[in-house]
Amino acid sequence: MEPLDGNSIGGLLIDVFGADMTGANGTCGTCGATGPVAEQVVYRQAPGTVARCRACGAILMVFVKVRGMTCVDLTGMASLDRPRAA
Amino acid sequence: MSPISRGFHRRHAPEGEEGRLPPGQYLTEGFPVLSAGPTPHTPLANWTFSITRSGETKGSWTWQELQALPAETVTVDIHCVTRWSKFDTGWRGVSVDTLLDRVEHDGRYVMAFCDGGYTTNLPLEDVTGGKAWVAFDYDGKALAPEHGGPARLLVPHLYFWKSAKWVRGLDLRDRDAPGFWETYGYHMYGDPWREQRYAGD
Amino acid sequence: MAGTAVRGRLTWQVATVAGLTRETPSVCTIELEPPDWAGHRAGQHLDVRLTAEDGYRAERSYSIASAPGERLAITVERLDDGEVSPYLTEELQVGDELELRGPIGGYFVWEPKDGSPLMLLAGGSGVVPLRCILRQRLRTGSDVAARLLYSARTLPDVIYRDELGQHNDGVEVSYTLTRNQPPGWTGHTGRINADLLADAAWPAAANPVAYVCGPTSFVETAAAALVGLGYPPERVKTERFGATGGP
Repeated sequence: MEPLDGNSIGGLLIDVFGADMTGANGTCGTCGATGPVAEQVVYRQAPGTVARCRACGAILMVFVKVRGMTCVDLTGMASLDRPRAA
Repeated sequence: MSPISRGFHRRHAPEGEEGRLPPGQYLTEGFPVLSAGPTPHTPLANWTFSITRSGETKGSWTWQELQALPAETVTVDIHCVTRWSKFDTGWRGVSVDTLLDRVEHDGRYVMAFCDGGYTTNLPLEDVTGGKAWVAFDYDGKALAPEHGGPARLLVPHLYFWKSAKWVRGLDLRDRDAPGFWETYGYHMYGDPWREQRYAGD
Repeated sequence: MAGTAVRGRLTWQVATVAGLTRETPSVCTIELEPPDWAGHRAGQHLDVRLTAEDGYRAERSYSIASAPGERLAITVERLDDGEVSPYLTEELQVGDELELRGPIGGYFVWEPKDGSPLMLLAGGSGVVPLRCILRQRLRTGSDVAARLLYSARTLPDVIYRDELGQHNDGVEVSYTLTRNQPPGWTGHTGRINADLLADAAWPAAANPVAYVCGPTSFVETAAAALVGLGYPPERVKTERFGATGGP
């Protein structure tokens, strides 16, 4: 199963952040690469959704739905910009 | 309140035997591939399985050494926390008992560690007594990489995230510590019959 | 507007299926009437949610095929081992309800001001958001020069074929057929690679902006090839399609 990209979690990101984040820039806490969330490597077929840095493969975001509530772990990101207004 | 989508139903196989399906599960005929990262591809010449404890390697087997150990063929039901279950899956592998019998070991818990960085924690007694294998064949053929090949842990009495793909060893511990999915909110033990999917269940 | 609940794009709403058009044997366009659609930008998608009688739910995302201002439509390709796409392409009927939310996506969007010339690379059903972009270009009267290179397995697999064939308005459409070609085929053959793009894509010196959409392996190859031709990576936008469902 090939991974997708951050476009595929647009709805999930709205659930968690309350705004579209696909165009927001994130910085990898492991290698420092910066780029739009849309370009992250996303694995969806798992007990949770995992977004990885396209440059180094490090985990940036993990989303798990626990008893109906989406929990997100962002500790892999050094920073995540606010999305620019549409 | 969502409307019912006329005529929509999940893909499913016919009803399973009563009592054989844990609560909240449904039977699947496929074998879904679930992964949190890219499929590792460790050459067999570099592959080892190790039992470690406090930074020390207590025992280690190369691929050839593993293949030389007595192996078992087992048929088991498996249950994924994402709710699919599969009956009568056939595996061949070396029992974890066989590996632990060959090393001096103590501890009450293990942390399985894998290529790609995945980990999962289990009580030692849940990988001994004929309950766990290092499995390298599935359905009569070499285990495919997307399903965890060359070898994965097989612990069918717990949710299948505990059957770590691309397993490379077990680290013996005195205390239970959360592995990968456990850190993100999944249950430390994961008994499908008590529906222990998430921490706090 | 006192007393009126304003629905944001964050909330689910129940749309009525207003039309169904079979585009190819495995692809269907679904026209929808949502009660409260806030409009969208070309390239965005919406999420669809199905609920079975036993409460089982499945969610999928589909790119919006219609331009802003047109009747809302999505185009869905039936995946053989899919759970939702066979339902949408074969079971759904006009008059049925379909729960959706959107529009979603602020990255893979295009407006005429976003750059010129425009290079669109489509792999299979990845053509859907790119067709939306071309419809938006037409509706806004934009004169941005555009090229679409569309990779499909066979000619019968080409979606929107008649519509794409009608462009003579500054849009050049070319195809590459990867599996087989009709007799006398004069278009490209084989998967997109650097040579094909050197032939069919705007040269990097024209400072184009590119949108690449399709299966992951297609996008990786095509986007890398554009960058290899000299396209700056930040001017190559990508959207990867694939199965997202469970077993």
